[in-house]
Amino acid sequence: MVEVWIDILAVLDGTARLATPLMFCAMAGLVSERSGIVDIGLEGKLLAGAFAAAAFTTLSGSPWAGLAAALASSTVLALVHGFACITHRGEQIISGVAINILALGMTVVVANALFRHGGHTPALGAGERFAPIALPLVETLRALPLVGPLYAELISGHNLLVYAAFMSVPLVWWLLWRTRFGLRLRAAGELPEAVDSVGVSVPALRYRGILIAGLLCGLAGAYLSTAHGAGFVREMSAGKGFLALAALIFGRWKPLPVLFACLLFGLLDTVAPRLQGVDLPLIGPVPVALVSILPYVMTVVLLAGFFGRSIAPRALGRPFVKEHQGP
Amino acid sequence: MLGDDGAGESSHAAVRLRGITKRFGAVLANDDVDLDIPAGTVHGIVGENGAGKSTLASIVYGLHAPDGGSIEIAGRPAVLRSPGDAIALGVGMVHQHFMLIPTFTVLENVVLGIEGSFRLRSGEADNRARLKDLSLAHGLEIDPDALVDDLPVGLRQRVEILKALFRGTRILILDEPTGVLTPDETDRLFANLRAVCDAGGTVVLITHKLREVMAVCDSVSIMRHGRLVGSRKTSETTPGELAELMVGRKIGQAVRMSESSVRSPVLRVEGLTWRSPGGAPGLQNVSLELRAGEILGVAGVSGNGQSELLDVLSGLSGVQEGHIEFAGRRIDRASPATPAGMRALGLTHVPEDRHRRGLVLPFEARENAVLGRPECAGPGLWTSGTAMQAQAERLIARFDIRPPEPRLPATAFSGGNQQKIVLAREFESEPVVLLLGQPTRGVDIGTVEIVHSRVMALKERGTGILLVSTELDEILALADRIMVMSGGRVVGTVPAADATVRQLGLMMTGAGEGAGA
Repeated sequence: MVEVWIDILAVLDGTARLATPLMFCAMAGLVSERSGIVDIGLEGKLLAGAFAAAAFTTLSGSPWAGLAAALASSTVLALVHGFACITHRGEQIISGVAINILALGMTVVVANALFRHGGHTPALGAGERFAPIALPLVETLRALPLVGPLYAELISGHNLLVYAAFMSVPLVWWLLWRTRFGLRLRAAGELPEAVDSVGVSVPALRYRGILIAGLLCGLAGAYLSTAHGAGFVREMSAGKGFLALAALIFGRWKPLPVLFACLLFGLLDTVAPRLQGVDLPLIGPVPVALVSILPYVMTVVLLAGFFGRSIAPRALGRPFVKEHQGP
Repeated sequence: MLGDDGAGESSHAAVRLRGITKRFGAVLANDDVDLDIPAGTVHGIVGENGAGKSTLASIVYGLHAPDGGSIEIAGRPAVLRSPGDAIALGVGMVHQHFMLIPTFTVLENVVLGIEGSFRLRSGEADNRARLKDLSLAHGLEIDPDALVDDLPVGLRQRVEILKALFRGTRILILDEPTGVLTPDETDRLFANLRAVCDAGGTVVLITHKLREVMAVCDSVSIMRHGRLVGSRKTSETTPGELAELMVGRKIGQAVRMSESSVRSPVLRVEGLTWRSPGGAPGLQNVSLELRAGEILGVAGVSGNGQSELLDVLSGLSGVQEGHIEFAGRRIDRASPATPAGMRALGLTHVPEDRHRRGLVLPFEARENAVLGRPECAGPGLWTSGTAMQAQAERLIARFDIRPPEPRLPATAFSGGNQQKIVLAREFESEPVVLLLGQPTRGVDIGTVEIVHSRVMALKERGTGILLVSTELDEILALADRIMVMSGGRVVGTVPAADATVRQLGLMMTGAGEGAGA
């Protein structure tokens, strides 16, 4: 009985770790898309952040310097996106795809130039990563039945960024639904003309939304290479940015449902390797690849309107043109 | 006009414009406009579509910067770089297309931009109380927590007015506010505007409906081709004089309808029901009969099933329940018809939204002239420049389309001439049945006359015409019978000769049907 409990806790523990970059990226996408800017460049910003974090940590020896670099690099990409889509009213999908391709190529090229390591950064030592944090009284409470292991194995012992990811959800919710900034930002994503007509700048709002998205993606990147992993590996984001986008749509652009989508996708990611070679009655060996594509399949099914409907912000992807041309 | 020392005068003008000029590319939208709007009055600005009324209003509201001229608000020179500047000076605007976030509550929409504090909660109680005071003071009751999406159009407009008043508006501009309202809602709006004036405010009403100007305005300014051509006190003018000023020449009253003898039915619809996926009313059990040489007018507030009716009849949407009998065919769920099929049977369609459905705007006029009529485009699968040119020239001659240039893209034509391209194309095949959606929306008065006379001529030649229009005047002028729709149902059908605006207005709100407005 206790062993099953420990197993469950281990799975949930893995879920939290794998869902962390999804949560950061999905919250980034939520803020950006609620302001009306499609953020398909989550993947690129995540990857750039991961590389910058690993590279600067290697060069400086401090994961905090790496974190700062991750925030900066991913913010710069966000600003490029903003310059193309907000200032010049470009096509948002194209700009996002360009950022993804740019990040994919640049990280490997710069990694080769700096470290001559086949597009990787050197592995980071223990002091160069965000270490697990033991919450108070862990050893005292561990002995308690059921609750003890829950606290010690699942709640305690994560690194700072995992806690930050969980904190980002209520923070984003509070910012968007409980503040003046959030009200205006969401209005800009629904009917930017209305925001303009009450004398508030739509571009300024959208730039701020995009900046927040950049910062959150930077956190996710730093997590990948200096907390979850120990160094940058080429293409290490491995579609997590797209998965976060799927979670965002799956969660209907609302923080709590998006959180659950991230956790669900993280759970699937955790159990997939554990199911490798497991025989289920009647079905036979579990097709692991099928489990891996489940998040995308579920998102497509949701988008097709099979269970509930996912309604995007109305002005999503629509550039805001202030002055109508012609009478 | 006055000397520089007109300080005593300016205290009476809420808005004073001098030499306002605004250009959009090659179009001169406002040409040296001088205008004084007296404080504490309802002032109308009338003009045809494209006369520059909305541009002028946008300039006063800070949405467009004028290329030249000066603005004074409440006696002080004003530089308006954004709506924020105008709001600060007490100017508010209710736009033609509502500037409301459907997913927000009334209160959230009202306070947007002036929430009072960074945390929404801390300002909420004050805002709520202020909104309530304003509602009571002006007789504009509203539930502050209702979602705007759930409100009927009349109430949404009320929210817009409250939104402006909440910002301390003393000069309220309304741009074509009645287009989406029933006559009853219009009356209520005018009462509200009067209340705003009585409380010391100034109202500027932009409209093309002379009846409304006469009903509610104290004074009126008339615009034509970007220029201000005159100002009148409404007590000292007539609709006829205003119309002449708007158009620049005498216009005859609407085309008189001729009594055509009753002929055989050409289109019969029984129990048509269509549910839209978006949850809009769709169509519920609609039955109608259209005879040859008859115009059946479909009246109703926009969005009550008229568009869906046109879609289903033209074959764009499939029949779900009920059936259509046309040209010896029975169209129902089991045997659907395509738009091309319906055209082949002799039913053509002038869509309500010519930009989205009637024309391909970047295409040349001659290419647009053969859309849906492949037989005019050339032999077989090929298109022939000569054939398209000939077809376009035919249409241009018949409808006096200007400029007469078949190679010009459709975007280069004015709204009225774009509409003429669509009408000419659909009229030319002498259809058995014509579905005519909003034939004169956004079209200048001169063109309205032409369109109406061509519609009557087509009817004389025996075409059955289903006319959908939100302009009651148009329906009353053209239709033989009037069918009123509300909430996707047919409320009733009355002979045009016996119909009154008041009776139709009541029917449009679904009165007696139990259908919520």
